[in-house]
Amino acid sequence: MISHEKIEKNLGLLIVLTILVVSIGGLVQIVPLFFQTSTTTAVAGLKPYTALQLSGRDIYIREGCVGCHSQMVRPFRAETERYGHYSVAGEYVYDRPFLWGSKRTGPDLQRVGGRYSDAWHYAHLMNPRDVVPESNMPAYPWLDRPLKDADIQKKMRTLNIAGHGYTDAEIAAAPAELEGKTEMDAIIAYLQVLGTHAPRN
Amino acid sequence: MSDFTSGFWPIYISIITLVSIVGTFIFLRSQTTRKLAPGEKPELIEHTWDEDLQDLNNPLPRWWLGLFYGTLIFALAYLVLWPGLGNFAGVLKWTSTGEYEAEVKAAEAKFQPVYAGFMKQDIATVAADPDARAIGKNLFLTYCSQCHGSDAAGAKGFPNLTDADWLYGGDPDTLKATITDGRAGVMPALGDALGADGTRQVANYVLSLSGRKHDAAQAAAGKPKFEENCAACHMPDGTGMQAMGAPNLTDKVWLYGGSEAAIIETIAKGRNGVMPAMAQTLGTTSNKDAKLHLLTAYVYGLSQKQ
Repeated sequence: MISHEKIEKNLGLLIVLTILVVSIGGLVQIVPLFFQTSTTTAVAGLKPYTALQLSGRDIYIREGCVGCHSQMVRPFRAETERYGHYSVAGEYVYDRPFLWGSKRTGPDLQRVGGRYSDAWHYAHLMNPRDVVPESNMPAYPWLDRPLKDADIQKKMRTLNIAGHGYTDAEIAAAPAELEGKTEMDAIIAYLQVLGTHAPRN
Repeated sequence: MSDFTSGFWPIYISIITLVSIVGTFIFLRSQTTRKLAPGEKPELIEHTWDEDLQDLNNPLPRWWLGLFYGTLIFALAYLVLWPGLGNFAGVLKWTSTGEYEAEVKAAEAKFQPVYAGFMKQDIATVAADPDARAIGKNLFLTYCSQCHGSDAAGAKGFPNLTDADWLYGGDPDTLKATITDGRAGVMPALGDALGADGTRQVANYVLSLSGRKHDAAQAAAGKPKFEENCAACHMPDGTGMQAMGAPNLTDKVWLYGGSEAAIIETIAKGRNGVMPAMAQTLGTTSNKDAKLHLLTAYVYGLSQKQ
């Protein structure tokens, strides 16, 4: 058997063994997920984000929403009573990267789509305290400015590498879809589609 | 959930898991783990720095070894009891959805008797019951307060539920339908059709309907325009139509503000008053009907005190 001395004095062997040890977890826990139907197949009706929703998602990322809002309803009654059906893996197949988050200073947003009106989201993002007086969420009034997302077609083509399946027509129409929209429109479009393909109760 | 695309993966997981546990054990045993005999010197690893700095291969401490073997035993026991080895479900047959369903079932068993009593009563009776009101208030704060406010008095664009004024009707059945399926109240933008002057004239006529301060000449000019463009929904006398959710313009209740400027904005740009459907949000467990019943009663009761 390999002695302590042999490993310690042979740098190449030490590196190989270290890599082997740290990769075991990933090999067992992560690699098989790519070969599981429930994690790789979209839930019924789920579509890749439209150009406007995709832009909104990038604004969600830019503004750091994920720092305070999770997108993962856990299978506990206390959560499903408040948010809706618990999340399933097939809802996230078009999320690259996923925005599960790990902290809830604000509520979970996985089921926020359709729960409030567009007008509510607008008022709430402009100043959360206008609609929820006890809210401690920061205001995002600057979102009410023209949306500039020159890279939208590039983003869609890149996501196609991962299999999002945007058609050429969709990609060609993307800049027109964003024309005249504000960042607010984009992020509301994104929020309104979140979780709308949840398993029905 | 074990729904792998091929039978290879469960075997792959099981083998790597078991080999790494057994391998760690064998590797550890191959190292200097035995206790030194009295007087025995630990092995010297052959390198010396700074004249006398040496590396001794001391045996691993007993307590550390014990903990390590403990984790190996823990891992094996875990893999027997819980899912972990490929498709093997574990002796306990635990699943996260199973645990969730058990939790829901236990809660239902606890709350069902309470709910059953209220379900037998009509909305007005439930609305008068203090226990039902306490439950209803919790439901309201969870699902409704974000728009209608924790005091239910609403905000601009979000109706006040504590007054006796209803856009779609305040009887129990209508309330229940509003909560379940939501509402979409669309006021079309008429700014282009009416023009700036026409919009101002109609706004002044609308102000005159509820006896607010207005320019009489403008209002007179706005009256025919109102009858032509607005009366289909708001009725010729401006009292509105609940089937359409068209507000009564003759009272003092203004959802989007009753100033001349606010009314002009409403006429020119239109309004979209959306009440989201709550059926799916409320309906996460089989207590959905009871929650809807109690919530309806709570909202119904809010305006009955007036």
